Amino acid sequence: MEHTVVSASKFNAWFGDNHVVKDVSIKIEKNQVIAVMGPSGCGKTTFLRCINRMHELIPGATAKGSLKLYADEIYTMNPIYVRYKIGMVFQRPNPFPNLSIYDNVVAGYKLNGLKVAKAEMDNIVEKSLTSAALWNEVKDSLHKKGTFLSGGQQQRLCIARAIAMEPEVILFDEPTSALDPISTSSVEQLFHELKANYTLIIVTHNMQQAARVSDKTAFFYLGELVEFDETKQMFTAPKDNRTQNYITGRFS
Amino acid sequence: MDARIGIRNTKSVLFKGLIIFLAFIITIPLIIILLYIIKQGVLQVNWHFLTNVPAPVGETGGGISNALVGSLIIVTMSSIIAIPVGILAGIYLSENPHTKLAYYSGLCVDILQGVPSIVVGIVVYFWVVKPLGTFSAISGSIALAIMMLPIVIRSTEQTLKLLPDTLKEAALSLGVPYHRVILKVIIPCGFAGILSGIMLSVARIAGETAPLLFTAFGNPYLSTAITKPMQSLPLLIFNYATSPYDDWHNLAWGASFILLMFVLLLNIFTKLITRKWNIQL
Amino acid sequence: MKNKRLDLSYSQMKWETIFKRILVIMSAILLIIVVGILITLIMQSMPSIKSLGFGYLWGKVWDPVQNIYGAYPFLIGTLLTSFIALILSIPFSYAIAIYLGEYNPKGWLSNLLKNTIELIAAVPSIIYGFWGLFVLVPIVRSFEAKIGVAPYGIGIFTASLILSVMIIPYAASLGTSLIRMVPSPLKEGAYALGATRFEVIRSVILPYTRSGLFAGVLLSLGRALGETMAVTMLIGNTSAVPHSIFAPGNTMASVIANEFTEADHTVYLSALIELGLVLFFVTVVINLIGKRIITKYANN
Repeated sequence: MEHTVVSASKFNAWFGDNHVVKDVSIKIEKNQVIAVMGPSGCGKTTFLRCINRMHELIPGATAKGSLKLYADEIYTMNPIYVRYKIGMVFQRPNPFPNLSIYDNVVAGYKLNGLKVAKAEMDNIVEKSLTSAALWNEVKDSLHKKGTFLSGGQQQRLCIARAIAMEPEVILFDEPTSALDPISTSSVEQLFHELKANYTLIIVTHNMQQAARVSDKTAFFYLGELVEFDETKQMFTAPKDNRTQNYITGRFS
Repeated sequence: MDARIGIRNTKSVLFKGLIIFLAFIITIPLIIILLYIIKQGVLQVNWHFLTNVPAPVGETGGGISNALVGSLIIVTMSSIIAIPVGILAGIYLSENPHTKLAYYSGLCVDILQGVPSIVVGIVVYFWVVKPLGTFSAISGSIALAIMMLPIVIRSTEQTLKLLPDTLKEAALSLGVPYHRVILKVIIPCGFAGILSGIMLSVARIAGETAPLLFTAFGNPYLSTAITKPMQSLPLLIFNYATSPYDDWHNLAWGASFILLMFVLLLNIFTKLITRKWNIQL
Repeated sequence: MKNKRLDLSYSQMKWETIFKRILVIMSAILLIIVVGILITLIMQSMPSIKSLGFGYLWGKVWDPVQNIYGAYPFLIGTLLTSFIALILSIPFSYAIAIYLGEYNPKGWLSNLLKNTIELIAAVPSIIYGFWGLFVLVPIVRSFEAKIGVAPYGIGIFTASLILSVMIIPYAASLGTSLIRMVPSPLKEGAYALGATRFEVIRSVILPYTRSGLFAGVLLSLGRALGETMAVTMLIGNTSAVPHSIFAPGNTMASVIANEFTEADHTVYLSALIELGLVLFFVTVVINLIGKRIITKYANN
């Protein structure tokens, strides 16, 4: 049980009166890659955004229920501290256009006014970019702005930026849906390497991706968590009819 | 049938000719005015002109140093007042577009944009000049600041609305608090648009006379005291142009030349900046 | 390091709240300013409103020496100058809007014209007035002598001339944007039926943008009503009802500019401020109506 890093119990979320996440209970273990899949509007992205408390930034958005990081309730913690511990990578790569690559990686420190010695900051930049498999490609242009990077490289820069904060968990919101196939596979390769140090929760529209990269998969449908199981099991012999229908393409 | 089509085509061509004529003929008055001001004014400008106060009636020579310094001080003070308020209000309007405050505040920005400048002068007279008991540069600056606000607010609001939401999201997800997201990410990314709004508003108020008539009032001497009357370029031009003395007319031409060059250069510079930075964004 | 981050997160939250509050205050300042303007104008007009009543607006005599105040001369002066300026400027504003919006929306010539129009708006009004005083007035004077009218040179006509040049950019730039917004399918349908360019403009574009162009006229009018300095220098500072457009006169704005600092007793000053109040209402209403029309047009 000490291996459970994120757990939810009867967790609900609304947009105004719209009940989009219904009584979700799940236990996610450390150092695993979890895929979250389901048709459009099933609540998977909303649930993801509740974990790092981005959901509440939308006016009228509310949440209720238990959602824990280790033993602490996320919704009683300081939201800023939650986001230090749980990082996020978005669908469209969004490096800061006015910052250099170096500053982008340590943006979490600089923008927050977290004082770090130069030597240590250099170290963080190199380590994060290496973990994101980007170091060799940019090590000579660290002080240039990242506008010349390709989509896949920009996304890896965003991953480096999230890693630099040394989070426990990294959330991915359809991280490769805006990328070409080559960039996609370079990012998927990363998931495999990152799970040694982090827990990854990846919302994806792409079933094949879920099957490729994850240890366990969660299937959301109409706001409910329908099934959560080992990926191999989920894709060969799902327990729920709805999961079966989704996997075989009866609806998307 | 062909004859009818021919007539219709001719009409169309004639109309186009008329439109082009009317559209371009209007550039003539502008060119005439600009050239005249330049012709009359450029000869007046020399070192002596820039560094001396106007000579008393009857004496030749003199300059407009009091107006130059005065304009500089008044415009700077107006900017110090209006820029922070304008940017912050613009941020609020772009970040919270659906609140009641945003609606009424936006309405007030529209109202302020249409208020005649002389009315602003009247009001600030009662707000500042009367209580202080004297005309003052600071009252002039307050009046001009009120006129700067709508321009700064609208350009800030529009610039920020064009920035993608993902920028804010990226920063927030790193645990950056809201105020730092705005101040260290959003504003730097919108810098070009905000800056051009500021420069346009400065160009606008640098040439305003009416709000200063009963606030800064004017001063024949060089003064840097902000709680006392102060001269400014537009005020000097107004007073000296309408006087009966040729020497004073010459001073007014020189001052007009300088004011015109400043306003035009600022406008051109603003256009260059928006063009250059927009390409990169 | 972990504890430092936790502490930081709490102090950040405090600053977040303070910042959000500051944003609210800055926006509220706008409300305070506008309400303050209204209250000040009304309060300071009170002495005049009380002692002169509303007949003030129709009073044809303005004689501060005898303590007689009638605003009619200035209402006429304002209306005459503004409407003459509008009528003179509309053909040019519309021509520019049609040229930039339809015939030539892109390219170096189009940019040149656009920039020129913006420069017209950028020139300070005092400079227009100064130039007008020394160049336009002598021309008008000799023109008036030729047609047998009293050759003042200054007067309603001259002020309207310079005003018409100054307000061209407003209707022109608004009109340009509106005409560019006309949906292509509409125009293409007309061309496909064999219409000429002129006919498409006349029967498709102009009717479609009619309300928006009207709003542009309103905005130009609002600008003309409030224009002070150029008019003050060219209108002749005569507080009597002008008997012809070549006669000197005064507008509400110009009489305030000329006499405010000389007003030595309460009712005099208050009568001037009442003019300011009327000016405020009229320009605000016109501007808001114009903006409302434009928003409705843009949303369609």
